[in-house]
Amino acid sequence: MKQSYFTIRENIALTHDVMKLTLEGDTSAITAPGQFVNIMLDGFYLRRPISVNDMDDETLTLIYKIVGKGTDRLSHMGAGEELDILSGLGNGYDLKPSGNRPLLIGGGVGVPPLYMLAKKLIAEGKDVTVILGFRSARDVFYKEEFEALGARVYVTTEDGTAGTKGFVTDAFPMAGDYSYTYCCGPEPMLYAVYQASKTSGQYSFEERMGCGFGACMGCSCKTLYGNKRICKDGPVLFKEEIIWQKP
Amino acid sequence: MAETLNRLAVDLCGIPLDNPIIPASGTFGYGYEFAELYDINVLGTFSFKGTTREARFGNPTPRIAECPSGMLNAVGLQNPGVDAVINRELPRLKAVFSKPVMANVSGFSLGEYVEVSSRLDKEEQVGWIELNISCPNVHGGGMAFGTCAASAEQVVRAVRDVVKKPLIVKLSPNVTDITEIARAVEAAGADGVSLINTLLGMRIDLRRRKPLLANTTGGYSGAAVLPVAVRMVYQVSSTVKIPVVGMGGVSSAEDVIEMMLAGATAVEIGAENLRNPFACRDIIAALPAVMEQHHIHTLKEIIGGAKA
Repeated sequence: MKQSYFTIRENIALTHDVMKLTLEGDTSAITAPGQFVNIMLDGFYLRRPISVNDMDDETLTLIYKIVGKGTDRLSHMGAGEELDILSGLGNGYDLKPSGNRPLLIGGGVGVPPLYMLAKKLIAEGKDVTVILGFRSARDVFYKEEFEALGARVYVTTEDGTAGTKGFVTDAFPMAGDYSYTYCCGPEPMLYAVYQASKTSGQYSFEERMGCGFGACMGCSCKTLYGNKRICKDGPVLFKEEIIWQKP
Repeated sequence: MAETLNRLAVDLCGIPLDNPIIPASGTFGYGYEFAELYDINVLGTFSFKGTTREARFGNPTPRIAECPSGMLNAVGLQNPGVDAVINRELPRLKAVFSKPVMANVSGFSLGEYVEVSSRLDKEEQVGWIELNISCPNVHGGGMAFGTCAASAEQVVRAVRDVVKKPLIVKLSPNVTDITEIARAVEAAGADGVSLINTLLGMRIDLRRRKPLLANTTGGYSGAAVLPVAVRMVYQVSSTVKIPVVGMGGVSSAEDVIEMMLAGATAVEIGAENLRNPFACRDIIAALPAVMEQHHIHTLKEIIGGAKA
């Protein structure tokens, strides 16, 4: 973990409520896709945890949804402004068990961290399939970006206004065979994927956090291997350790 | 350098502290994780995570809610239990922290307080026992002991009988008159008191029309509570003769000095660690300049200085 200041290069809308924030700063603490950063905002007591969408040595991109006053405030910040950020938080995805045909499944703002994961897997020569689930056509983002990486992409929307009508699991038959499952999204989606998936996998969880670095025990969950902190021991958990509860 | 150290030094119940800064229980784990971020030997000491007899998961999530200038928590004393603390956490701490540590003890019965305190009292690295009779987030224990003078006195007397090390009792602000509880624990043999634990609070999600916390209520802490804490530290330190450890909303070197002027011998810092993991280190580093600015030669000399 590192505390440092990042400068905003760009903060643009991807959809009516999803923004893409490009930052310049020291990204050296970020070591795996699926990790997150925690952003201090003027006028808010706690930091805002946001998953890493992509990065290089001096650039960091984050994609976030405007869900409350904090993210609304962030959405109004512009180029040149500075942000106090804790970076390199959480465990991130483990690429080793992926096999040759990993299936990546993201729902809503669960989509962004899968981008850097797909990029790394493709760089390793894997044949990557991605299923992206959204509510409606107006919520869809990043389909072209995944395709540009060379991934096979299927989009689902709940109302059928784009891609396949239904949930991410409705695209499973089209996705064909796969060797491993990587998933990020709301908990009901994680559960549905767990039930539909035939392989082992890694699931990224969300929880209300206090600190984001393992100190406050605010975001604990029970696993088959003891209590884990979503912020520090997660957010990515292995399918085999998760105690699944029907939402 | 030696001169600077002397200027910050205080004495807490007979044990010297290089400086009065103590990360508060529940915001600093068992210390070693913060040791990955900076050398935690710069601290006066720290109070480790509230420990009970058995391992506890705590309350269901969500157990954190943000507030203006503060936060609610309803963690509910998640901890690995006293056996694991002695066998696993303290050895790990010893590798990175060379000073006496404050052992925060919680419980659900008199017997549990006595057993856990007595076991931790025997641990070499434990310098003080901080008896938490003020946790607002558990049912049938914690705060129930600390909000009634008679039960507070009873539990402190029982623990006093079995511990040799200085016994500091952590008090709840959720009472009509905190000085009454402070007097009761002093009479029962406490060597010091620490205050305030969190203020009982609640928030409601407008969209769901439900409490934000799964536990319904939680403890309010953070910068917003500083004035309440300063008032209570002032009142309690004017009432009892034993040292007072002040805490509640402290987030800067100026706040530390304010707490000490109100009557605190040492100062715990809680929620601020969760916003800025380097908060305690930074506050210690900032103290000499702030002291200079306010013409303070040594911190010792300002304890209770706001009293006429």
